[in-house]
Amino acid sequence: MARLTFKGGIHPYDGKELSKDKPIRDILPQGDVVYPLSQHIGAPAVPAVKKGDYIWAGQVIAEAGGFVSASIHASVSGVVKGIERRLTVTGTMCDAIIVENDGKYTEIARPERKPLENLTGGEILQYIREAGVVGMGGAGFPTHVKLSPKEPEKIDYVLVNCAECEPYLTADYRRMMEEPDKIVAGLKAVLKIFPQAKGILAVEDNKKDAAAKLREAAAGETGIEVKVLKTKYPQGAERQLIFAVTGRKINSSMLPADVGCVVDNCDTVYAIYQAVYNGRPLTERIVTVTGDAIAEPQNFRVRTGTNYAELADAAGGFKSQPEKIVSGGPMMGFALYSLDVPCTKTSSALLCLTKDEAAAYEPSNCINCGRCVSVCPGRVVPSRLADFAERHDEEAFVKADGMECCECGCCSYICPAKRPLTQYIKSMRKIVLANRKKK
Amino acid sequence: MSGLLNVSSNPHIRSHDTTSRIMLLVVLALLPASVFGVYHFGINALVTILVSVTSCVLTEYVYEKLMHRNITVGDFSAAVTGLLLALNLPATVPWWIPVIGGVFAILVVKQLFGGIGQNFMNPALGARCFLLISFAGRMTDFTYDGISGATPLTALKMGEPVNLMDMFLGNKTGSIGEVSVLAVLIGAVILLLAGVIDLRIPGTYLLSFLFFILVFGGHGADPEYLLGQLFGGGLMLGAFFMATDYVTTPITKHGQLVYGCILGILTGIFRVYGNSAAGVSYAIIFGNLLVPLIEKMTLPRAFGKGGKKA
Repeated sequence: MARLTFKGGIHPYDGKELSKDKPIRDILPQGDVVYPLSQHIGAPAVPAVKKGDYIWAGQVIAEAGGFVSASIHASVSGVVKGIERRLTVTGTMCDAIIVENDGKYTEIARPERKPLENLTGGEILQYIREAGVVGMGGAGFPTHVKLSPKEPEKIDYVLVNCAECEPYLTADYRRMMEEPDKIVAGLKAVLKIFPQAKGILAVEDNKKDAAAKLREAAAGETGIEVKVLKTKYPQGAERQLIFAVTGRKINSSMLPADVGCVVDNCDTVYAIYQAVYNGRPLTERIVTVTGDAIAEPQNFRVRTGTNYAELADAAGGFKSQPEKIVSGGPMMGFALYSLDVPCTKTSSALLCLTKDEAAAYEPSNCINCGRCVSVCPGRVVPSRLADFAERHDEEAFVKADGMECCECGCCSYICPAKRPLTQYIKSMRKIVLANRKKK
Repeated sequence: MSGLLNVSSNPHIRSHDTTSRIMLLVVLALLPASVFGVYHFGINALVTILVSVTSCVLTEYVYEKLMHRNITVGDFSAAVTGLLLALNLPATVPWWIPVIGGVFAILVVKQLFGGIGQNFMNPALGARCFLLISFAGRMTDFTYDGISGATPLTALKMGEPVNLMDMFLGNKTGSIGEVSVLAVLIGAVILLLAGVIDLRIPGTYLLSFLFFILVFGGHGADPEYLLGQLFGGGLMLGAFFMATDYVTTPITKHGQLVYGCILGILTGIFRVYGNSAAGVSYAIIFGNLLVPLIEKMTLPRAFGKGGKKA
């Protein structure tokens, strides 16, 4: 049988061997803990505490600022030092709650939870919202919104994205290896919201051991299946994942629910498990600290708000001078100019590279080789879109389906002329979106 | 940690494929045909190759220096042009023919349109056609072993018998690089295995050409005639090395199939109905001119386009 996949994509060096066999290790924040109010897509959260307040771990410190928003919980106990503008991973400044950690981690009383059988879909959704769960694959879309489509009865697939197709990342892999039963339990909770749906755990075939663990955990569960996908970047991109598993296609203006699907990242489903079964809010996540500049690559269970510099130190510091540091994977992550940024709900990795390949090559003229066209999962012509973007021709850009780009980075990666295609297209997309908002 | 960090937009990794690596692979793949050409025709073939490559590289260097542009001879594209041009010349040409050809290819066809990636026509073929028109006699003087003989393709056109094995191995006369089909195919396999080219263009080109010859060639399914047409002239060299030139071929996958078919039919028309026996060069540069149109008509359909919101 042909392996499940999509057209296009690339096979970069995956670097996962650096950290894949390192068991999850807990680390506790040493210095101040910083909670940016925008850790998700949508309205920023609104602070629920003020300077001088004593807070417990697990307490709500900022409430959701609208329907498409998420609340934020403290990951430590201590005193609120203030609300200040702080640098975030994307390079922008954002209001953040600063907490002086008292090192006691006194937890606020957690609510009692009924067994799953006795819960209604509505209750489950409410628990997920209260726990501040957002998409932990990187985008940070509030999960309760994703799980509230207009017609829930039309959802026939709940897909758990365990592809982890970004090179170097092993956070989801460790989660699958160490706590597969909890991922399956989280999926069961989501399936309670969509009783007609089938649950599918989608794993790439370079993680066969993880797929076996999930299979074992899901044995005996009716309506839950593990599917193995071809290893290829960006197999875990939402549109490509839906296509690989179900053969259904969505474009940039559609939602997965339009083709009867709901997609959640593996770690998000774990967070759902914690919220629904244990009443535990989202205050920690797994972060892979890796790259050839890091002394001992590790997978850490990190409390949100922990400073990135502490993560690098905990991994033995730098064994050689890093030239580039990235928050997230090398394909879609953000380059950092300072390690003094807090870890958030969407921080999947801290990648420290001794060599910046993006700067190592000088861009030259396009030679029309068509490699970008071959690899583009969005089936557009990246080199032409980049030309339109360079000339600032918004109309031609949109007409050539520039808005269908998912910014996965395959075109820049493969380009032999080393043109920063993704960057051109990404900037133009931002301009088009901003102009649409103005109208 | 000391020192500043690099910051740039994603992605942060790059493949190790570069323009110069691709061009070097093409040079490597042309070596079997070049070496055979020198072995077959002798020292003048070597001189022609060296002069042509030098002429192309020097023209590019001098032009870019004078225009205060980045010097791009390091990407080896000018060297590829020079080599291809030489392989398309008879071994008997005087030294100044490749000099003029090289200057024309790089200056007129490539640099005046903006340099690498901007030319609308294959520089080597543009120059070859320019030379054919300007110096018709010298460009068709296929003297071999002191005998001014007809190429097998001309013989085929005249209805004379040809030796297919000689044509395949290269025991015949013709342009420097096109005489040995075997040597060209070894190079083609190198390019295919290295992923520099795929079979879309050469495959559709050769198949549609065969089909055309089968139907309109006037010899029906005569295998000697068909294979003679396939092995004769610059068809193999053209199909694998010049019809696949990235810059002057469609970027779209479907477009490449259309382009290959057009080349096959054009080559067939030129060979069957044209005055000269050669048709490959003209077919390819004519096809080059159709590329923008082909691309426009074969743009891929964006993923999920036309999907309806629920």
